Amino acid sequence: MKKSLYIAVIGCGRLGSILASNFSKQGHKVVVIDQDNSTFNHLSEEFSGFPITGNTAEMNVLQAAKLDKAQVAIAVTGKDNLNIMVSQLAKTVFKVPIVLTRILDPAREEISQKLGLTTITTTKISAVAFLKTLQEQLNINS
Amino acid sequence: MRIILIGDDNLVYFLSKKFVAEKHQVTIINCDPVTARKFSHQIKATVIIGDGTHPTILKEAEAEKADLILALTAHDEDNLVACQIAQQHYGVPRTIALVHDPAHQQFFEQMRISVAFSATQILANLIKKRADFEDITNFFAVDRGQIGVTEVILNEDSPAVEKSLQNLDLPAGALIACIIRQGQAFVPRGWSHLEVGDRLILISQPENYDQLLEVLTGKVE
Repeated sequence: MKKSLYIAVIGCGRLGSILASNFSKQGHKVVVIDQDNSTFNHLSEEFSGFPITGNTAEMNVLQAAKLDKAQVAIAVTGKDNLNIMVSQLAKTVFKVPIVLTRILDPAREEISQKLGLTTITTTKISAVAFLKTLQEQLNINS
Repeated sequence: MRIILIGDDNLVYFLSKKFVAEKHQVTIINCDPVTARKFSHQIKATVIIGDGTHPTILKEAEAEKADLILALTAHDEDNLVACQIAQQHYGVPRTIALVHDPAHQQFFEQMRISVAFSATQILANLIKKRADFEDITNFFAVDRGQIGVTEVILNEDSPAVEKSLQNLDLPAGALIACIIRQGQAFVPRGWSHLEVGDRLILISQPENYDQLLEVLTGKVE
């Protein structure tokens, strides 16, 4: 990622804050939205983007974040349905070219993909990591 | 029809009762076990405890057989996703979603939700209408709304003030039945004049109501 992008990170929980901090460090212009402004404490000290406090489901808030100018939107709130809705809003209303959606419940992965979303099912990824690491440990011990 | 309703509040309760009374087959999905138990005692419907936006719960509710789904929870995202799963996954032909942020309404319909209605918007419109026509009180409707009885108070802006009834362009299906002036009520005749502050009791058919109000208040509803 050489070119500087405008990236919207929606949800500033543990995952959102790591992503936003990283993007900012890489020189991208970052806006991060969360309804609880205490979550912005999770951001790293080098974070130089814009935090916006507001309900991420609300159209006004997404407009205030200038989502229409973003090249990338990443929906990483703690609620699957919220991520699914915000991602669809980003794609269809704000015409954001790249939208990534975090899904927690694997049962919602298929439907989200059917809706045309690019999903990252973090629970599934963790499970795979656990199984893989366990296998490695067993191999070392045997 | 087979109807699925998702939500926990009074809206779901009253709508379900109405649908049951109309002989529809109703399934309610509730995420709160206490409400679910209450509903199952009060309404002749199948009540399922669970997240109505989850594919498994919708399957349990036999969404694939449903004709209509209404998503009426407190969260726009849950209403959208419930309708989308019902439509895309289970082929429910008609989906109705409650929208809280009025700005979402158009987006929901763009996402092919059959009807997205914003209670906020509806209430705001009603209140605005009331405020514009604060001098109008609807009393009652006779015989299932075929005839309405309304009271209008004439203010100084009314184009009808200082005119006699015979000089007003009243529509055919409408009548000024009574004038109340300074506490005295009388039945007007063609030559009766109208004054500022008159309270008029109107009887009209619904199709003539708007025209009647326009003649008396100068405002178009």
